[in-house]
Amino acid sequence: MSDPRIHLALRMGDNSLILAQQNSKWCGHAPTLEEDIALANVSLDLMGHAQMWLGFAAEIECEGRNADTLAFFRDTEEFRNSLLVERPNVDFATTLMRQYLFDVWHLEQLLLLSQSSDTLVAEISQKALVEVRYHRERSQSLVIRLGDGTIDSHNRMQEALNALWSYFGSFFEDSKDDELLFDLQTSPMPSSLYPSVLEQLNQDCVLSTLKTPESEFWQKGAVQGHHTENLGYILAEMQYLQRTYPNSKW
Amino acid sequence: MDVLTVKSIVESVPDPEIPVLTLGDLGVIRGVHERDDGFEIHVTPTYSGCPATRVINEMISEALLSAHIEKFTIKKVLSPVWSTQWISESGKAKLEEYGIAPPNPGAKGPKSCPQCKSTRVSEISAFGSTPCQALWRCQECLEPFNYFKCL
Repeated sequence: MSDPRIHLALRMGDNSLILAQQNSKWCGHAPTLEEDIALANVSLDLMGHAQMWLGFAAEIECEGRNADTLAFFRDTEEFRNSLLVERPNVDFATTLMRQYLFDVWHLEQLLLLSQSSDTLVAEISQKALVEVRYHRERSQSLVIRLGDGTIDSHNRMQEALNALWSYFGSFFEDSKDDELLFDLQTSPMPSSLYPSVLEQLNQDCVLSTLKTPESEFWQKGAVQGHHTENLGYILAEMQYLQRTYPNSKW
Repeated sequence: MDVLTVKSIVESVPDPEIPVLTLGDLGVIRGVHERDDGFEIHVTPTYSGCPATRVINEMISEALLSAHIEKFTIKKVLSPVWSTQWISESGKAKLEEYGIAPPNPGAKGPKSCPQCKSTRVSEISAFGSTPCQALWRCQECLEPFNYFKCL
């Protein structure tokens, strides 16, 4: 049986990698220059985190792969990212809401992983934590400003939240590997994060005047590699060069 | 060549993006050790995705090679995590003089404008030209300036 830490490292690394890839599509297209720079910078940080997590996964896997081969030569069913991060960019409201929901979960997860019994998991998490705190502050303040902004900005942020909600539950899906990791005190059960994450969302909603959907119908399957159609398109674009010219160097 | 000499060579390498700072000022050199097969230099990254990290390693190699030290390895260490608190006091003074407001722990932004020292400053953009900087503006002299984000 394979080391369950691979499951955790892929989950963390793939979430960061896919969201970095998605956000970076805004480079040169964001509604304002400040947001353009912010999205590119957040992507850069996430790419750095993906490199650490996937590098860690490759190291414990011992099959001669590295962070790059894991990113470029796996197919959709081998990816362990949540369904939320693979949702299409659509518009700035959707992109920002997706980032905000991710940041709230990410910060909570990294706070807990920083206390991991596994030294490397704790070290990578502590490194990422300080940067993610900054991401969350930015996305939170923007969601509040736009939610409590004009009628149009409020409606668009609320529509984005409603549209993304059922995919958000993907972060809280447990698996057999998570049980093993929980017993070893390596990582928390994904489902255990939901109450505090929801509480934080509701607190921000007071200021943003947005409403957290009541439904708890979650789209599931990402932990087993069942993804939405859009991940295929993301990977096709991201992996094209390495698939066509394997191991080509910059 | 002893460990202290090697350390001083490595620590005096300039930061590739903010050349007024040395790697010593920045606080990224976490130790130099003498091993059987040469020196081992421990370096910690600033921002996880910062492209300067690779350049820093290349510049360390170059500095050591030009001092005729050929047997060395550069090892990446993550812990303890780098934050802006690792920047030395002299480093912070050099930043200010260079026109970049140094990190201001416990506050939301810089203490004052690095040009005219006014405390009336406002944020233009939470992110800036490099991963470590944000863009601010002075309300007094109206000059925009970079602020070294506080991690």
